[in-house]
Amino acid sequence: MTARSVRSLSGALKPLFSHRLLKVYGAATCQRHKSSYTTIPPPAQYGGRHTVTLIPGDGIGPELAKHVRELFRFCCVPVDFEIVTVDSTMESEDDIDNAIMAIRRNGVALKGNIETNHNLPPSYKSRNNLLRTSLDLYANVMHCQSLPGVRTRHRNIDIMIIRENTEGEYSSLEHENVPGVVECLKIITRPKSLRIADYAFRTAREKGRRRVTAVHKANIMKLGDGLFLECCKEVASGYPEITFDSMIVDNTTMQLVSRPQQFDVMVMPNLYGNVVSNVCAGLVGGPGLVPGANYGVDYALFETGTRNTGKSIANRNIANPTAMLLASCLLLDHLKLHAYAQMIRRAILSTVTETRLHTADLGGKGSTSEVVQSIMNAVQSTGPYTLSI
Amino acid sequence: MAAYGAVLSVSKIIHPFWGGRLGNTVKVFGTTLTSRRNKTLLTRENIPPPAKYGGRHTVTLIPGDGIGPELLSHVREVFRFSCVPVDFEVVHVNSALETEDDINNAITAIRRNGVALKGNIETKHTMSPSVKSRNNLLRTSLDLYANVMHCQSLPGVQTRHKNIDIMIIRENTEGEYSNLEHESVSGVVESLKIITRNNSLRVADYAFRLAREKGRRRVTAVHKANIMKLGDGLFLQCCREVASGYPDITFDSMIVDNTTMQLVSKPQQFDVMVMPNLYGNVVSNVCAGLVGGPGLVPGANYGHVYAVFETATRNTGKSIADKNIANPTAMLLASCMMLDHLKLYDYASLIRNAVLTTMNETRLHTADIGGQGTTSEVVQSIMRIIQSKGQLTSEL
Repeated sequence: MTARSVRSLSGALKPLFSHRLLKVYGAATCQRHKSSYTTIPPPAQYGGRHTVTLIPGDGIGPELAKHVRELFRFCCVPVDFEIVTVDSTMESEDDIDNAIMAIRRNGVALKGNIETNHNLPPSYKSRNNLLRTSLDLYANVMHCQSLPGVRTRHRNIDIMIIRENTEGEYSSLEHENVPGVVECLKIITRPKSLRIADYAFRTAREKGRRRVTAVHKANIMKLGDGLFLECCKEVASGYPEITFDSMIVDNTTMQLVSRPQQFDVMVMPNLYGNVVSNVCAGLVGGPGLVPGANYGVDYALFETGTRNTGKSIANRNIANPTAMLLASCLLLDHLKLHAYAQMIRRAILSTVTETRLHTADLGGKGSTSEVVQSIMNAVQSTGPYTLSI
Repeated sequence: MAAYGAVLSVSKIIHPFWGGRLGNTVKVFGTTLTSRRNKTLLTRENIPPPAKYGGRHTVTLIPGDGIGPELLSHVREVFRFSCVPVDFEVVHVNSALETEDDINNAITAIRRNGVALKGNIETKHTMSPSVKSRNNLLRTSLDLYANVMHCQSLPGVQTRHKNIDIMIIRENTEGEYSNLEHESVSGVVESLKIITRNNSLRVADYAFRLAREKGRRRVTAVHKANIMKLGDGLFLQCCREVASGYPDITFDSMIVDNTTMQLVSKPQQFDVMVMPNLYGNVVSNVCAGLVGGPGLVPGANYGHVYAVFETATRNTGKSIADKNIANPTAMLLASCMMLDHLKLYDYASLIRNAVLTTMNETRLHTADIGGQGTTSEVVQSIMRIIQSKGQLTSEL
């Protein structure tokens, strides 16, 4: 809506002022509104079909991506995948630059995790990290929900974790001034903290959540996490219907393993987000179940929540496809293909509740292909137009 | 241990020959002989024995805030009752003051006595950033480089996981807790995480030595070296170097996010874990939550010369202070660790057995583990068990 207002404003002002001044003025008036969720420019759509970049990645990524494509083709989802492979063993950044360009072109992507080899020199940056920072995907959202068919030690968990995705401890800024002494820089900035806090509260409001908890370590990192906490408090004052509280990260993790039902929405900087999201994923059943989404102002990237490469189980047909398939449902929701998303999601959830069709990580004996077949059967039985199995 | 003896013998041999002429050269020579790495081989047996006059030890006691004062008064009660030859020198630290006099007094007292037992001192977020965390100041000034936490499932406590037995060794003085932050550009804060080779080698050495002493089979280093390549990469490298000197112990490494996920699904796979400061904080709290909560696990901070004992998760417990519902187990087990450190093993096992026996009588649990007992009831029960063992005690 505000994009249109900019255009109308520029239309009105065009005869009066020159082009460049307009863009600046227009952009300046709409700076804050641009970050509103509803005005991400709609992804490229030609002939009613969307094009989505697909990055297979390493480990179990390629096989799971293949299953996603299989399922989409079967359900006649109007999405075409543009596959961009990224070779993690090469030191040059050409591959990842191509991938970034493809995502800029398409606006949306689905990816598997790209391995970061420890043996390569430190100048080799993590490819996943490069993707996130170049595309400014500032919010990582992970929704951990207890699934009824999966046996876990805790029940009724429903936590949304919003994690700052571009700065914090993952700035890749390290140096060794004195031999034997390494300094790692953790950067916290005001604009980014405000942005992520704003995203968290907006999402909480949209989903009808009651409470946002900020996770921090401000008693030790007073300036850094203190700034983050301050930004969260500022944003919280604009959302009076949502309760805001904060908790130190060590207490948070301890509460998570004893009573996770107390948490609703959590917002935090990068490293704590990594740890807390993995703890929550472990609580609801493991890395094979939870999808993750990375949102930026213009782009969106979907992957499994805990970003595992799964090298040890690659190509053995035992990986759990649930996380990747649920991530593809999030992708469909983002492309506003809600009917398809609901159909596939319902099929996945019905398969998971049939206990004998669990893969090994959930304690069952099914293989990946069996699970995918069962999902396709469930989709077919619900009636919409599908290809033959 | 042998190294220390070697220095002494070297100095004894050389002294008669060169006598006063060499002056300090013998000490220097002796010290360089036993290289810097060997210096870290000072096992707990070689830490100079704490001050002992008339057969009684003096231990510094810092009550702290929240539940600290009441729990420490229970510790003193139990010690007095069991006739433990320990006198406490109580040093108060006021966390509301901005001056560092209080904490400097405490540090001087600990330097004098060598051993301390403390409650957590609160760090108020509302005070200015120049007020450093008092607990952190203590740890860095006394160079208490290793924080050791032993998480064990207790039979009488109902938890979701069973048979957990993990030792967590956490670097205590550097890492993310360096308190070095600055705001070069307004709105952009840089926090420095420092990892040094010496400290990493030191804590890795401590971890492997401890694993060997306790007969443990496996040490896992927890890191995030795929992102912090230089920092955690250095830590991992140091651990690997030290591991090569202990072929009987398996060494592996795990990234911190995977570690926390494994901890909540299958914690029985871990044996000994060693890690830098922040990951240690998170992982130790996860493990404490797994075995039953912050009221059950004691923690110890060891340096070359000093040792400070406290609860493992360092909670102030402001919301339950003075309500007689706090769980005294963690603090009492910490005091048993202190007695072990002072080589008063009999008293230590006496009190420890009494605490564990009380734990297993389910109706005497405090509220945090699901029971209805009060702190004083639990302490009374512990004292009665000690009395029933037949040893000399004061009257109840």
